[in-house]
Amino acid sequence: MTKSETHADRKIVIPGEVIFKGEDYLPGEGTEKRGDEIVAIRYGLAEESNGLVKVISLSGVYQPRRGNVVIGKVENLTFYGWVIDIDSPEGAFLPLQEVPGFVPKDGLAEIMDIGDMVAAKIIGIGGRGIDLTIKLRGLGKIEDGLIIKINSNKVPRVIGKEGSMINLIKEESGCNVTVGQNGLIWIKGNKIEDELLVKKAIMFITEKSFTSGLTEEVKEWFEKEKKLK
Amino acid sequence: MSAAKTFKRPDGRKVDEMRKMEAKVGIVPNADGSAMFSFGDTIAIAAVYGPRKMHPQHSQNPEKGTLRCTYSMLSFSVSDRIKPGPSRRSTEISKITEWALEPILMIHKYPNMVIDVHINILQANASTRCAGINAAALALAHAGIPMREMVSSVSIGKLDKQLVVDVNKDEEDWEEGEGATDIPITMTQDGMITHLQLDGKITSKELKEAIELARKATKEIYEVQKKALKDSLKEEE
Repeated sequence: MTKSETHADRKIVIPGEVIFKGEDYLPGEGTEKRGDEIVAIRYGLAEESNGLVKVISLSGVYQPRRGNVVIGKVENLTFYGWVIDIDSPEGAFLPLQEVPGFVPKDGLAEIMDIGDMVAAKIIGIGGRGIDLTIKLRGLGKIEDGLIIKINSNKVPRVIGKEGSMINLIKEESGCNVTVGQNGLIWIKGNKIEDELLVKKAIMFITEKSFTSGLTEEVKEWFEKEKKLK
Repeated sequence: MSAAKTFKRPDGRKVDEMRKMEAKVGIVPNADGSAMFSFGDTIAIAAVYGPRKMHPQHSQNPEKGTLRCTYSMLSFSVSDRIKPGPSRRSTEISKITEWALEPILMIHKYPNMVIDVHINILQANASTRCAGINAAALALAHAGIPMREMVSSVSIGKLDKQLVVDVNKDEEDWEEGEGATDIPITMTQDGMITHLQLDGKITSKELKEAIELARKATKEIYEVQKKALKDSLKEEE
């Protein structure tokens, strides 16, 4: 097997299964090198590109990755920032310097208090936990709207190929939707009815997540829902 | 091997024949990973929760994660109702299951965290701990926890002088001749043993034979486990 032939070829692997043999490949996430073999250490889909082999897990708890946008709840305040619960095994931390504007040392609670929801981006996963930022557009404390939770493994379905699904939902409902990779979704619309429609649409997608051509089906679903009104 | 050919097992199986095995992944919707595994009438389900933060804090291990198994036989799993809740036997089997699974888990990636595995026996006809370990291995893989490899578990029995694979209840209670010896063995595909128990009398020569038998049987079990995992993802594609 040459590298180009196997490109974009995905196969299901289980822990301990040999994915590739030979020195042409590098072990990436979810894999390990044993002798001259690349072995999977996770259950999921194995992918190879430019010689780098990785296993993408499709079940289990949310595994944070750098660059992910997540939605979390403020769990605690410290002198240096906020501890955020993002539904992952490790806790996340939002340091003071990653918040836009001036924050007085004793005024953390005025910006965000325990129990507040926040949309943030993961900027680093170090030895001592996950670091977040809200210094980007669309991120920050969530003041109003609706937050729903879905299985984090279904998030790619809700977003669709290059955002096709999420753009369809936004267009059809006129709501602003932020999908956290950890499975929390923030819906903000003008009317509560619109927000509830988005919730219903997302529930429809998660239930039907196995079918192909789902974007078309959701389009039809929206039309049907509109006629009912 | 003429004795092996003429040897009659209570349910008419060959000495190296397993009961019908079944496995399914993803059966507990609220768990992070789950699986069912059965040997004939013995059915085990396993549910994995975590990795998540260990509570209370003083039980946290900053060096590596903790695996916590809970084995329990449901009250209706045997013909005489058993009292629900932990017992001396279930506590022991829980610990044994932890030891059988820990060597394959890459638990050092989850310091201060715990992975909970709950094993319930829905129906028992001997070999419950083996069915439990098989289901737990599947459920751990399904939960996306990094593992070096899979493990498969089987019980080898010695009925009088004859070694047999995958004992059932009638065989466990065998009384003729030397009586019954029960040897549950858990091993990986390259033949590494992570768990071996022995209840009865056996010579070292026979024990080596038993391990060889287990090696063959675990290959069969592994194929069932592999199929269950692969089929569960195929549905989603």
